[in-house]
Amino acid sequence: MTPTLTIDQQTIPITGERNLLELIRKANIELPTFCYHSELSVYGACRLCIVHVEGRGLLSACSTLPQADMVVKTQTQEIRNMRQIIVELLLARHDQSCTTCPKSSNCQLQDLAQKLGIKTNRFKLRPNSFPIDESSDALVRDPNKCVLCGDCVRICSEIQSVGAIDFANRGSAAMVMPCFGKDLSKGECVYCGQCARVCPTGAITIKSEVEKVWGLLDDPRSFVIAHIAPAVRVALGEAFGFESGQQTVGQIIAALRLLGFDKVYDTAFTADLTVIEESTEFISRLEQGGPLPQFTSCCPAWVRFVEQFYPEFNKNLSSCRSPQQMFGSLAKSLIPSQINRDRKDVKVVSIMPCTAKKTEAHRSEFITGGERDTDYVITTQELIRMIKQAGIRFGELESGSFDMPLGFKSGAGVIFGSSGGVSEAVLRYVVNKSIDFLEVRGIDGLRETSIMHEGREIRLAVVSGLHQARLLLERIKKKEVIYDLIEVMACPGGCIGGAGQPVYHDESSRKKRAKGLYENDRTMELHCAQENPYVQELYTTMLENPGSKKAHSLLHTRYKNRKRNIGEDITISAASENRKVEITICFGTHCFQKGAQTLTRQLSDYLHINQLNRWVEIKASFCYEKCQKGPLVKIDSQVIEQATMDKIVSQLLMILKV
Amino acid sequence: MKKSAFRKFDKVCDILALHKLNPARLIPILQAVQEEYRYLPEEIIAFIASSLHVPAAKVYGVATFYSHFTLKPKGKYVFKVCDGTACHVKRSMGILDAIREKLKLKEGESTTLDLLFTVETVSCLGACGIAPVLVVNEDVHGQMTPEKTVILIDHILQKEATHE
Repeated sequence: MTPTLTIDQQTIPITGERNLLELIRKANIELPTFCYHSELSVYGACRLCIVHVEGRGLLSACSTLPQADMVVKTQTQEIRNMRQIIVELLLARHDQSCTTCPKSSNCQLQDLAQKLGIKTNRFKLRPNSFPIDESSDALVRDPNKCVLCGDCVRICSEIQSVGAIDFANRGSAAMVMPCFGKDLSKGECVYCGQCARVCPTGAITIKSEVEKVWGLLDDPRSFVIAHIAPAVRVALGEAFGFESGQQTVGQIIAALRLLGFDKVYDTAFTADLTVIEESTEFISRLEQGGPLPQFTSCCPAWVRFVEQFYPEFNKNLSSCRSPQQMFGSLAKSLIPSQINRDRKDVKVVSIMPCTAKKTEAHRSEFITGGERDTDYVITTQELIRMIKQAGIRFGELESGSFDMPLGFKSGAGVIFGSSGGVSEAVLRYVVNKSIDFLEVRGIDGLRETSIMHEGREIRLAVVSGLHQARLLLERIKKKEVIYDLIEVMACPGGCIGGAGQPVYHDESSRKKRAKGLYENDRTMELHCAQENPYVQELYTTMLENPGSKKAHSLLHTRYKNRKRNIGEDITISAASENRKVEITICFGTHCFQKGAQTLTRQLSDYLHINQLNRWVEIKASFCYEKCQKGPLVKIDSQVIEQATMDKIVSQLLMILKV
Repeated sequence: MKKSAFRKFDKVCDILALHKLNPARLIPILQAVQEEYRYLPEEIIAFIASSLHVPAAKVYGVATFYSHFTLKPKGKYVFKVCDGTACHVKRSMGILDAIREKLKLKEGESTTLDLLFTVETVSCLGACGIAPVLVVNEDVHGQMTPEKTVILIDHILQKEATHE
């Protein structure tokens, strides 16, 4: 017999629920929570989900295991009082500039205060005045609005395994902050924005570029182009009463035209182009024997993750720019001559489900002649704001259609918005057939499949969430698994679950959005990128062949090692003379194990005995990437691989003689 | 003699190796490193974090959580004035004032510019029987008075002067 327990006089069967809160929700009672997310570990800090368990008193439901025959009360005078006090205490140290807060109307604290009917606050207000961190291009941190629920900290470390932010200090001084209390842009953040997605208040929000876009639209000299990412079209409608996953692309196009955009194109066009370029690159890697596996490079948070934490895999990233950056570069090369305008008059605004795309647009590789290829990136949320600001009745709009040719796409380009979509699109190219690869679809964990191509088995893996990606990379490093192509999207579920999308609180909306994209693909005429006639035409008129020199200059990029983002070099022996030689010894894990410390000791002794101390400065540094060739030592600008004392001394003496 | 930067860094490497680069040993590692430097310098925290493959923000969180750790350089002599209930009643604050005056510490300062002295208060050292208590580094001084404290500081200053 199934064990049961009693919740507010209802008898509820226990069927493997992880905690009491899940069971209570099953009984159709929505307990308030700040710190509980089903995808994260249980934290039990906010104490809002307290319930009364007979014989045990008040317990937080999220951190209590359901047991047979428990008698649970979710509403008593005592509980109501406690919840009220908790919220009042939070409000007492919360910056209450609600009317001007970007999170207003979406804020869980505001919502809760309303629901609990809090009319006055009995506690003395203790507003903080910490500086607001606007250092990054993607996110804004306002510590004055933080309720210390730790959702951001946990999603950053558990789901993304980045750990860019954490709690610091203690007691009433506790705060969430990046390392050393520095700006977000100085740390290890990859700007996926999942922290902003789970933040119940306005403590971490998306950095808005709405005002800048209005400025462009108002400027008569600018010819403003918008392009819409696939995932946006199945989520934006949620803000106007549509179901998650319901296609509203026609209305979005119509709204963009009303807002004053000169052309409205589809990012899925350059997604098609990405499929062709990336598949061509992949096939050539297969033929030339590597480097494999090839990683997809559409997701800028993933790209940054590799550059920062696994630069040894930089060469595995496809050299293809993301569809957003392909679009910017292509549009700015094609359109000015078509409309007889200067390149600098043409402005590209991309509508993205993503916060990392904002940072990507600022990368120096994507700046041509002093102008960004993508001028501004606005998220789904920001476009919703613009539509509301303009007073457009979104639901009543007549469907518009994309401008041609950059608005034409195949279904392959559309499914990019869901985790597994890029792989499926590439597979359709490689086998040159429209097949549904159901194995790579879905949300959870690792998905894999293999196909035969010219007598060779091609093994594919798909993951979303950077923690999953890290696990996979570690297994690849240990040679436990072998794959040829790996698709990674930083956000769970892919772009549909991006941080720029309307805030969602349950998993089902993510699933519905994915379903919406696949349905869209099904109803389309073409399903393979290579069938897109306008893409074919683009190759004939401009790009020559996939992977051509021209294609490379416009559509491909390079990556760099960003491992040494945090922390300065450590000076371990200073020089007193002005004309000094700088010797930097790598103390990354590999070099450490290969004897960097012994080398440093020997060098220090050598300098001491030969009285060279005052001419030579020794520094310890973090990882120079080429770990296989350690220990690495840099003398001035010269890097010595597999360094030995002999090598170091001969180089040093050579410099000192000069 | 001042330990050279090299010797200290070399010791950090030894400490990390001793604990087998095990992230679960973070607190003992930080304790041992703080012994060396008398505080936790930022670049060393970053180095420890990268060596242990733990996010630097997490190590910073641990280092700021425990009052034992300090991110600012402390003096060679750390004066801990007990301000637990018993010591407080026995006028421990007078001792604190005397030290601060003697060392010419301005408001908000706790370490002298020459990095010789640091003054802090602690809540109960468990030696209430000999209140008020002052601890200098590891040495416990019971039944202190402002006068005795000033003499103690003079002794230290003399010792330091002859050493140099």
